[in-house]
Amino acid sequence: MLRHILSRLVRSFLTLMLVMTFAFLVLRLSGDPALILLGPDAPQDAINAFRERWGLNDPIWKQYLAYLVQLLTLEFGVSMRDQVPALDLVLSRIPATLAITLPALLLKVGLGIPAGVYAALHRQSIADRGVITLSILGFTVPSFVLGLLLVLVFAVQLGWLPSGGQEGVEHALLPILTLSVGGIGIMARFARSAMIEVLGQPYIRTAMAKGLSWRSVVWKHALPNAAVPIVTLLGFMIGSLIAGAAVVESIFSWPGVGRLIVTAVANRDLAVVQALLLVIASSMIVANFLVDLAYGLLDPRLRSRRAAH
Amino acid sequence: MSLIWIKDLRVSFDGVQVLHGINLQVGKGESIGLVGESGCGKSVTWLAALGLLPQRAQISGSVTLEGRELVNASRGELEQVRGGRIAMIFQDPSSSLNPVQRVGKQLDESLRLHRGLSGATARAEAIRLLDLVGIPSAKTRIDLYPHEFSGGQCQRIMIAMALAGEPDLLIADEPTTALDATIQAQILDLLATIRHETGMAMVFISHDLGAVSAVCDRAAVMYAGRVVEQNHIGELFDNPRHPYTVGLFEAIPELQGPRRRLQPINGTVPNPRHLPRGCAFSPRCAHASDFCRSAQPALLQQPDGGQVACFHPVRDPRRTFSPASAELAA
Repeated sequence: MLRHILSRLVRSFLTLMLVMTFAFLVLRLSGDPALILLGPDAPQDAINAFRERWGLNDPIWKQYLAYLVQLLTLEFGVSMRDQVPALDLVLSRIPATLAITLPALLLKVGLGIPAGVYAALHRQSIADRGVITLSILGFTVPSFVLGLLLVLVFAVQLGWLPSGGQEGVEHALLPILTLSVGGIGIMARFARSAMIEVLGQPYIRTAMAKGLSWRSVVWKHALPNAAVPIVTLLGFMIGSLIAGAAVVESIFSWPGVGRLIVTAVANRDLAVVQALLLVIASSMIVANFLVDLAYGLLDPRLRSRRAAH
Repeated sequence: MSLIWIKDLRVSFDGVQVLHGINLQVGKGESIGLVGESGCGKSVTWLAALGLLPQRAQISGSVTLEGRELVNASRGELEQVRGGRIAMIFQDPSSSLNPVQRVGKQLDESLRLHRGLSGATARAEAIRLLDLVGIPSAKTRIDLYPHEFSGGQCQRIMIAMALAGEPDLLIADEPTTALDATIQAQILDLLATIRHETGMAMVFISHDLGAVSAVCDRAAVMYAGRVVEQNHIGELFDNPRHPYTVGLFEAIPELQGPRRRLQPINGTVPNPRHLPRGCAFSPRCAHASDFCRSAQPALLQQPDGGQVACFHPVRDPRRTFSPASAELAA
């Protein structure tokens, strides 16, 4: 097990380096930061000074080496726009983002899984059809439409909730709702099909033939088996906790990581974009790593397959 | 008095009838084989008796366990019967055990449910049961997961789990079909031994006549949702009456005697949606007359103690079949 964790850690690190190298190449190919940031009308000496300062005149391999040093020391330099250390800027935005993505994740899990399991247990019932319909509706409506719709209804028409800003709990309600609706739908559908698949397995019939109550069959035999696919989806959701709210944050002018992504990319703020990429890629990789550990805990078959490697 | 009495049991799925009035009795300690091709309703009969069919199945008729009605019994009543009075083991042992739960825990569940055992006593009893069914070093392997056992061992564990409730009747639904020949023989031996030791009754569902003759006193042959012939094993093998039963025997290769071509039964099992008129076997039967194609023969008592549902039973089979040769061949 320890061996497995270590090898996963090494692999995670290599993945991270690959992602960051790719990001470096794409960023250098997509345009001249000096021109974009200073504008096409900027005087040539200003552009030259800018290039000098950010090392943009060095050969590409030298820039890459400097970039690797930055990565390993976590020193990305200061933001070209805000003149604060890039990583600090990114990290300072994380709490605001988590303030809306974490409650949204709780809603996805807390509403989506029970709804899906209930639907699977009452297949073909009105409740089942209701869950299917609502979940399709939930994940087909794009968040930018849903967000604007909610603003229109709750902020403009009814005047119950503010349409943006970050002062108190009431400001967070609409963003949280917008973020969670699609995820609840996806989770419900996923939990439903995982549960239906498990309920058709021979060991469920064995558990029934033993004389267990239906309740015990569901709790002790069906749910633990359905947990494996559900955890996969949960992993994706955890991975997008930090970067998954860009659209919603923009709609509600919520000062989180998502909006920083949008502005930093638009401004070619290299230092910030690079710091952002590192943080986002790391969060994805950590989520993957957690899912992998969870698989081992949930399914003994995977555990022994690993031990054999 | 019989332990379990099935009277005119009928089952249909979404309007398609698959059981057409099954009548069957199992006495205390008796061992009955239920034989027939796939899809003839062997398993459905017993799943229906225990209320294990999906909800869309419509069940009528009566199944009584020592006078207690099981068809449409309450959930609570059925849960007491399942595992406690009637236990069931299935065809595919490896997927019949919960893959994410330790074997000991799964045994413990039955012991707690039907015998009220828990903790160290339950564990000791679980180890004893695993020993009984022939799991080597049960003491250390009780905490392993199902995938760490072979298919044959999983079936042994299923048998141990069935024994945990000390049932009066064990229903073995094709318990050896998924196993290879040597393991099959071992499991059959184990079932026969356990039955002698515990005195429990057994229903052995199989399409393998050799296996049935090894563990059963009596056998019922089913075809398209009906019992077509029933008799003691010796009588049935010496003197099969129904053309379908004769056909089943002729399809078994023999090890002794001159080489001969195996006689397959022509045609296939009819689709339950479009059963032929009259006797369901008539389109495949060499003895069938026009009458067979218009009327349904009833299962009638015969002088030799058996029952046959046929207008033209085979009087003098061309050869006799000994259980021993069938067993060897299987």
